[in-house]
Amino acid sequence: MDVLEQINRKPMPEDTPRPEGVKNWRYAPGDIAQLWLDCPDTGTNVISEAVLRELDQMLDQIKGEQPRALVIRSAKSGGFAAGADIDGFAGLRGDRAVEMLEQGHAVLDKLAALHFTTIAVVHGATLGGGLELALACDHRIGVEGVKVGFPEIQLGLHPGLGGTFRLTGLIDPVAAMQMMLTGSSAHDRKARKLGILDALVPERHVEAAIGAAAAGKLDHDSGGLRASAMRTRAARSLASTRMRSESEKKAPNQNYPAPYALINLWEDHGGDAKEMQKAEIASFAELLESATAQNLIRVFFLRRKLKSDGKGDDGITHVHVIGAGAMGAEIAAWSAMQGKRVTLEDVALEPLGKAVKRAAGIYDKKHLSDIEARDALDRMMPDPDGLGRARADLIIEAAPEKLELKEKIYASLVDVMKPGAILASNTSSLRLAGLVGAVPDPGRFGGLHFFNPVSQMPLVEIVSHEQSETRTLDRLAAFAAGIDRLPARVTDYPGFLVNRILGPYLMEAMVMLEEGKDKAEIDRAALAFGMPMGPVTLADQVGLDICLEVSRSLRENLERPMADTPDWLEKMVNDGKTGRKSGEGLYNYDKGEEPPKAPADDPSETIIDRLILPMCDAGVECLRKGVAQDVDTIDAAVIFGTGWAPFRGGPMHYAKVRRDVERRLTALAAEHGDRFKPDAGWSSFG
Amino acid sequence: MTRPVYLVDGARTPFLKARGGPGPFTPVDLAVQCGRPLLMRQPFAPTAFDLVILGCVNVVQDEMNPARVAALRLGMGDQQVAFTVQINCGSGMQSIDTAFRYIREGSHEMILAGGTEALSHAPLVYNREATEWFGGMARAKGPLDKAAKLTELRPDFFSPVIGLERGLTDPITALNMGQTAEVLAHRFGIDRQTADAYAVDSHKRLAAAQADGRLEGEVLPVFDRDGVAHAKDDGVRPDSSMEHLAKLNPAFEKPYGKVTPGNSSQITDGASWVILASETAVEAHGLEPIARLVDSEWAALDPSIMGLGPVLASTPLAQRHGLSVDDIDLWEINEAFAAQVLSCLAAWQDVDFCREVLGYDAAFGHIDRGQLNIDGGAISLGHPVGTSGNRIVLHLANALKKNGVRRGIATECIGGGLGGAMLLEAA
Repeated sequence: MDVLEQINRKPMPEDTPRPEGVKNWRYAPGDIAQLWLDCPDTGTNVISEAVLRELDQMLDQIKGEQPRALVIRSAKSGGFAAGADIDGFAGLRGDRAVEMLEQGHAVLDKLAALHFTTIAVVHGATLGGGLELALACDHRIGVEGVKVGFPEIQLGLHPGLGGTFRLTGLIDPVAAMQMMLTGSSAHDRKARKLGILDALVPERHVEAAIGAAAAGKLDHDSGGLRASAMRTRAARSLASTRMRSESEKKAPNQNYPAPYALINLWEDHGGDAKEMQKAEIASFAELLESATAQNLIRVFFLRRKLKSDGKGDDGITHVHVIGAGAMGAEIAAWSAMQGKRVTLEDVALEPLGKAVKRAAGIYDKKHLSDIEARDALDRMMPDPDGLGRARADLIIEAAPEKLELKEKIYASLVDVMKPGAILASNTSSLRLAGLVGAVPDPGRFGGLHFFNPVSQMPLVEIVSHEQSETRTLDRLAAFAAGIDRLPARVTDYPGFLVNRILGPYLMEAMVMLEEGKDKAEIDRAALAFGMPMGPVTLADQVGLDICLEVSRSLRENLERPMADTPDWLEKMVNDGKTGRKSGEGLYNYDKGEEPPKAPADDPSETIIDRLILPMCDAGVECLRKGVAQDVDTIDAAVIFGTGWAPFRGGPMHYAKVRRDVERRLTALAAEHGDRFKPDAGWSSFG
Repeated sequence: MTRPVYLVDGARTPFLKARGGPGPFTPVDLAVQCGRPLLMRQPFAPTAFDLVILGCVNVVQDEMNPARVAALRLGMGDQQVAFTVQINCGSGMQSIDTAFRYIREGSHEMILAGGTEALSHAPLVYNREATEWFGGMARAKGPLDKAAKLTELRPDFFSPVIGLERGLTDPITALNMGQTAEVLAHRFGIDRQTADAYAVDSHKRLAAAQADGRLEGEVLPVFDRDGVAHAKDDGVRPDSSMEHLAKLNPAFEKPYGKVTPGNSSQITDGASWVILASETAVEAHGLEPIARLVDSEWAALDPSIMGLGPVLASTPLAQRHGLSVDDIDLWEINEAFAAQVLSCLAAWQDVDFCREVLGYDAAFGHIDRGQLNIDGGAISLGHPVGTSGNRIVLHLANALKKNGVRRGIATECIGGGLGGAMLLEAA
């Protein structure tokens, strides 16, 4: 019996009724009236048009009741509210957008103007519109573990429901701008320190803290000196210049307009809340129409779609990883961090030791507390004897890419694995069809292709083969989603989906180098397009040996002409110049050479087309071959697996918008060779 | 009711020599590193135990009741009862003995019993006045008060002693443990060369055991956060020699003492666990016992000759079971000091001692070096005090099985004037 579960006393908002005609709120009148946000049929609250409309109606009623204080809190265990209802506003344009924003602002203004004390009790995720609702209250009481923030910038937007003027008015405006510009959230103590929260208490002290707030005994820290200093336009201009140059480093103005719109907003109106509010509405409505915002909102939906493809129970508590190389170690460390029991097997002790160090490094980077990191490390057991093989619900083979080696491992698992356990390979260059013959149970075998580094790349390809059972693929997808990665279901195709598409990007860059083009020029053109890394830099990052292997595999296995690999590349690999990991590749890192970070101001369109359009073509080919189900999966996989310019919405979306890709490919084919010949699938694409 | 009690499995970490400064693991870290693979190789879940008992002498502040902290970190469940035992150098055996008695009496079926110690983490100890000054400083209110307090600061406040040194000094006689070995060496006429020869042998035996894989399955590798895999007891010196040891100065009683760092146990970090099970548990989980715990004994004597503890604790076991020296196939006598082990052997051959102290008519007899500490001991692999008693029982069980012999005694001297001993039979 779990005693803790038995004696747990939690607030029981479900005992509080929803008023007549109200769907999203529960209301308990009283001296201290309580409003519970409880969106129906979902585990997560979002601030929708209906939520605000009903709040408006409730506020009118409560105003008449004249309570001493009004508390607004959430009935969901996961958090206060995850943000605005993106589905509700994504399609809004022009006047309709402005009108809806103005209505929303009016409701929050009404809340802010109440002459009794208003208190928001926030717990868990309190983001975007949720935070804006809380900011319209007199006090904010945070429950330990709360996370507040404005992630709008990641959608190509800025806060639009009063967040810009309320947050800069509440706390140090520079810190407020920082939060909104980076989209990073502040966790409990940090939020308290910033002054966003007036109190931070454990759940059991919430009632007492509400009492204190209602009695006027809860002060909030103002932004202090810094806030008043920033009331002058001159001071704001100075700060704004710095913010602009910071933003320019991360997100160039032409591709990401939102940060600059936000900075302008504050610089021009930071001294006047009313003006800033008006300007916020106008600016938000304008941004909403931008291609960047629309594409980033699409990326948001794509993420949600992938996530929902991994719904359900994976039935996996123990993961056994075979092979403690960089990938195996990252997979093990990440899975342990996400709560799985992990055993990591290798024939040698040295890589197992390094894997522990790598895990500790990841946990440090991810800001785990000492105790969280210790527990995660405790869950990840180096396992030189392979004890986990018989205990695991999932075995992930992450051994070197040698067929015989993998076959040997699979053979040794026969009659060892737990009944019902799944075997998955993290192979990136071998076909599952070639591996399946050696596995203990073909039905319970699949590909689980992670991207490097696992702790930063959210995508996992769930690769099927002819004999894999649906239940196996479902469990693998659920496993990926369960460890906070995004599963994309693909079939057993050369390079699977993402490497098939990415291959030409790297291969064409090698051809250009062979032609004598400058590597920095190539990289800077790709950066200007919006790629996170130029192809030459990426090749060094991935490792030239792996690039060589991927190129060879694509060339040999695809039924179409592919770029030749220059001889010097093979020679470099043979000489041990394999890229960043060896200190020298196409760039010489040992000699202090660094790849360019700044995009080209005036990039060559031809370079961009030669790099990017074959990726679109590969996507069309994958679609035609059924490697992925639909264009959404392709765009999502390429964005989340490679960081492909997200504001362009993915290669398929880009091709759709551009419309001339097939024609341009034909022209490139005439000029540069058959590798550019458009795929047969273009005829039905569009 | 007395039921048979089996030792079904066990493992320990490599013993890691303290090399100045805290080692990579705390006591509980060591217990977790050791326990994870041991539990993973069992056919039952980690929650199947009735009890966890862990011996630990130097508990660190962040890990009060290390047994419980370890049990939770090992995933043994919120409902796992766990307690820590401490009888100084016998703690790791005390845990086994307690488990043994519980299972024998029928109140428990399966118990995880261990020992852990991170001597490299022993804290600095400040003197009383310094401690009072720190306390006063912490209570001081305002800069003036603090400044006043500062004037009371004395240089000797900053001369802390390593807590370990204090821990290894007997509080009754004020003798350091090494000095108690000097007392025995004097009484039983153990000379420096004999002690050194014993130490060289200890190193050779451990080195051979490591090389021949005789510790496989018993010593499991541990992995620290700096990426180092520790696979072996790292204090071993396969090249140890009489010439080399002869160069060392007496450690405790200069210039004439016989006990040197070379013929004393090493200061190390390490942990060890054994799994004890009743017949019911053995059947329920299909376990294969290594050995049966037959009996145990604790004895006490004058703290200044604590090194004879093994003699006083082991002899009653032999007497109770009607065993002569020839009936014991293997001995594990913890090597606190070479002179101390040799004194025990001498005492058992000393007619007067055996008559006066042990109640025999003649000498108990000669224990052949070929049956004693056959794979090395604390001189070569170190003596993490709370762990050693556990290690010698575990190793004795494994050694009985590997060598195909029947009966053995594991015994240790205990600082403060105690001895502990366990009688095992191969299962």
